[in-house]
Parts: sequence; structure tokens; C-alpha cells
Amino acid sequence: MKLLYFAWVRERIGKAEEEIDPPAGVATVGELIAWLAGRGEEYQYAFANPRVIRAAIDRNHVRPEAKIAGANEIAFFPPMTGG
Amino acid sequence: MTVRLQPEDFDVAAEVAALTRGRGDIGAVVTFTGICRGAEDGEAIAALTLEHYPGMAEAEIARHAAEAERRWALLGVTVIHRYGRLTPGENIVLVVTASSHRQDAFAAAEFLMDYLKTRAPFWKQVERGGARDWVEAKQTDDARAERWNAPGRDAAE
Repeated sequence: MKLLYFAWVRERIGKAEEEIDPPAGVATVGELIAWLAGRGEEYQYAFANPRVIRAAIDRNHVRPEAKIAGANEIAFFPPMTGG
Repeated sequence: MTVRLQPEDFDVAAEVAALTRGRGDIGAVVTFTGICRGAEDGEAIAALTLEHYPGMAEAEIARHAAEAERRWALLGVTVIHRYGRLTPGENIVLVVTASSHRQDAFAAAEFLMDYLKTRAPFWKQVERGGARDWVEAKQTDDARAERWNAPGRDAAE
């Protein structure tokens, strides 16, 4: 699946997008965040406080308990500040 | 319904005219324009840069515009949100709502702005004193958006 990162999540990880293939035990958005945080210093930094991370699956806002099976595109970003 | 994301400026009068031209049923038009301030917390800023999630930003705004059309008797809705680097005094966002009577247009415009602030995937970065900082989301904005939810309704749905 494709991951997208925005704003300071993107800056901390150092890339805007990547393709990943998480292990079978990673079933939810929250579990995906925990798995990503273990991939290196930059990910740990970006996901240090999961409570401030927002997520979208296929361009719809989702909660941490949302299942990731079948997702094409998952995005992670800070709370939004538009308008 | 018109939803546009663009780096360039918009013309408020032209957008109102586009919505009302040739219509005899519209009796009220409300416009809200969000403008880049020259100072935040008493400190001068050089510019704001708006990042967005292409594809989702349009879809999310369109979903909320459709929700506004369900809740109020609207005869037209236009939302334009700029992205890129904007300097103080420049327009950021435009919401135009049209209805027969003013109550629906007022309420829908406020609803749309409250949702744009907290649910549309845009992020502001502020330039000041040679530094760039991401703007933090305000809890007061969350509270303003939350009050449009009926009791028991899940805000993340």
C-alpha cells in the first residue's frame, strides 16, 4: 500500500510518500503507526506522540482502530489548520 | 456547487455574480473571506505557506458542502481555498452561500468555515523572523466544529 505524509510528519520522516508492505499482524491504523515508529529514528520522531497524528484511508478521515485491509492509500498528518 | 483549490487569488464579486446571475429565486448571499494576517500573537509574520492533500482536500470540502445543502435550503455554494505561499493581506479562503432567506445562507457559511478549519486537509506554516513554524491546531476551532454535531453523532464519520 501507498503511504503519504504531510506537514511536519513529512518533514520529520524526510519523504512525502512510500510503498510499504506491513507484516500480517498489523491490522489497524494504530498498529500501523506503532509498526512505522519502529522503523528508525526519523519515524520514531514523527510518531512519538500518536495522539496528535491524524490518518486518512483512501482520502477519508479514520480513527486509529480503523482496519487497513484493502486500503490503497493511507495518509498521516498533524491536526489540520486550514481555512 | 463549486469547489476549487488554486494558488492564484480569487475575485469575490465575480464569484457572487457567477452564483446569482440570471436567478430570481436567490434573496440572500453570504460571503466569508479569510485573509492572511500580518501578525500572530503580537509578532509580525512575513508569510503563510499552505500545504494541502491534493484529491482529499477537494473531496472533503465537497462532502461538507453537500452536507450543508442537506441541512439548509441553499440555492448555491462556492468554496475556494488557496494553497502555496501567501503574504499578509492576501486572500486565503472564500465561502459563498446563497438562499431565499438570510438564515440558511448565514448558518451554512458558518458551518462550512468551522469544518474547513478542522477537517479539510490543509496545514499552515508561518514565516517570521527567518524561522518557519507549523501552525498548531486550536482547540477552540475543534469546539466550534463539534457544536454542529447532533448528540451521539460520531465526529470522525
